[in-house]
Amino acid sequence: MKQSSKQKTFSWLDDRLDLKPLVEMMDHKKVPIHSHTMWYYMGGVTLFLFLVQLFTGILLLMYYRPGEDSAYESIQFILTEVQFGWLFRNVHAWSANLMVLFAFIHMFSVVFTRAFSKPRELTWVSGFLLLLLSMFFGFSGYLLPWNELAFFATKVGTDIVGAVPFIGEQLKIIIRGGEDVTGATLSRFFGLHVAILPAITFLILSFHLLLVQRQGISEPRHFHEQPAEKKRYMSFFPDFVLRDALLWLIINIIVLYLAVFYPWDLGLKADALASAPMGIKPEWYFMFMFETLKIIPPHVWFIEGETFGILLFGVAAVLWMAVPFARFRGKQIVDSKWITILGVFTITYMVVLTIIGYI
Amino acid sequence: MKYGRREFINTMLGAGGIGGLASIFYPVFQFMIPPKISEPHVSSLKVGTVDEFPINSSKIVRFGRVPVILIRNDQDTFSALAATCTHLDCIVQYNQARKQIVCACHNGVFDLNGKNVSGPPPKPLTVYSVSIVDDQVIITEEKDLA
Repeated sequence: MKQSSKQKTFSWLDDRLDLKPLVEMMDHKKVPIHSHTMWYYMGGVTLFLFLVQLFTGILLLMYYRPGEDSAYESIQFILTEVQFGWLFRNVHAWSANLMVLFAFIHMFSVVFTRAFSKPRELTWVSGFLLLLLSMFFGFSGYLLPWNELAFFATKVGTDIVGAVPFIGEQLKIIIRGGEDVTGATLSRFFGLHVAILPAITFLILSFHLLLVQRQGISEPRHFHEQPAEKKRYMSFFPDFVLRDALLWLIINIIVLYLAVFYPWDLGLKADALASAPMGIKPEWYFMFMFETLKIIPPHVWFIEGETFGILLFGVAAVLWMAVPFARFRGKQIVDSKWITILGVFTITYMVVLTIIGYI
Repeated sequence: MKYGRREFINTMLGAGGIGGLASIFYPVFQFMIPPKISEPHVSSLKVGTVDEFPINSSKIVRFGRVPVILIRNDQDTFSALAATCTHLDCIVQYNQARKQIVCACHNGVFDLNGKNVSGPPPKPLTVYSVSIVDDQVIITEEKDLA
């Protein structure tokens, strides 16, 4: 029988790469259909926005020049002189914010559907690390335009690092590239943003996606316990992938709409001798921490308020990451209603403090 | 357990591996620590003539590498304080209406003597001395005066 050119290409590749097991795996991969199926798309949307970041970030690199005397000016140049520079810069800024938002939505959906239960604990840990990395991306990228808001956000953010017991001061100097936030800090943040963080993210993201492919899609308990004949599935390829693609397209349109109609303000150039402007605020995803630091009194017991704050968030982050491993009286607590209560409390705390920060 | 040639080689390889990694990461870590750049020590700074500072106003000047806020209050006296908030390193500002020094980052408030009066700052602002010599305003480190 004569083979079509498509079949010929496939068998040529298959002879060399043994692709059949991969195709079989994709054929058998299925996605459960139930009342919470929509949450399965959130990780994919986050991944899509990360790819948008990668693409627009590489384009911005063509014109961006790090340095106290060139960073702000190069962004001005991108915005005013380079064709479509305004578009790529605004897409980069909006997509970054949406990426963090969807990473949070993805994380909380995993908590409420208990998708982090055995055997997916490591998927949860790697996913949480990716969320932290996306926040570091946001923090380091925020300084790159070298504007007033970014300058003070970086001063505060790096000074918080200084509050870490024992190693804080040394760590702060390493991160800042000196004792103050200067052009040296900008160089370091640039290196972090375009080289170090992408490299770490690539490794952890590969591990995260490998686990998702290896373990398949998680089934919530109410679905898992149904009799087999009542369970409904859709094929991952092409049904789920096509739905994913449609959602990516919709998200892309939203990002473009925001970039065109709500451009990101560049603000004033950073000045080390200017007072912090009134009403200064960090990015929305740091707002709950920023407000907490406002509330904490100067001294808590014998600890300085800022040290207490950083210890509090550090411990909370470690505990949050360890939730799937938690055991109570020898039993895992992932199915306990306390997890739902913890999730609701965390979201409420973050949302309420964020709203307080903006009113 | 017998400690034979194989175990000995494994130990040596392990120790060599650790040493190899240390020989990579130690220089990397040292490279990350920014070298100290020597700067001339500033103990006194001439910032301008009295007329350059209107009553009930402030100006931030660089005192060595430290920003210092110079305030001429409505009683026509000068004061100078470190302009870096003791909470999280933001630069403070003089609030003319409230006659206080405020930090916009976390709502820290200091009085004109630098004392932390409300908000999260844990410590007062460092005080500098101000003297007027031949109509020139001069800021001096307190310890130098002592």
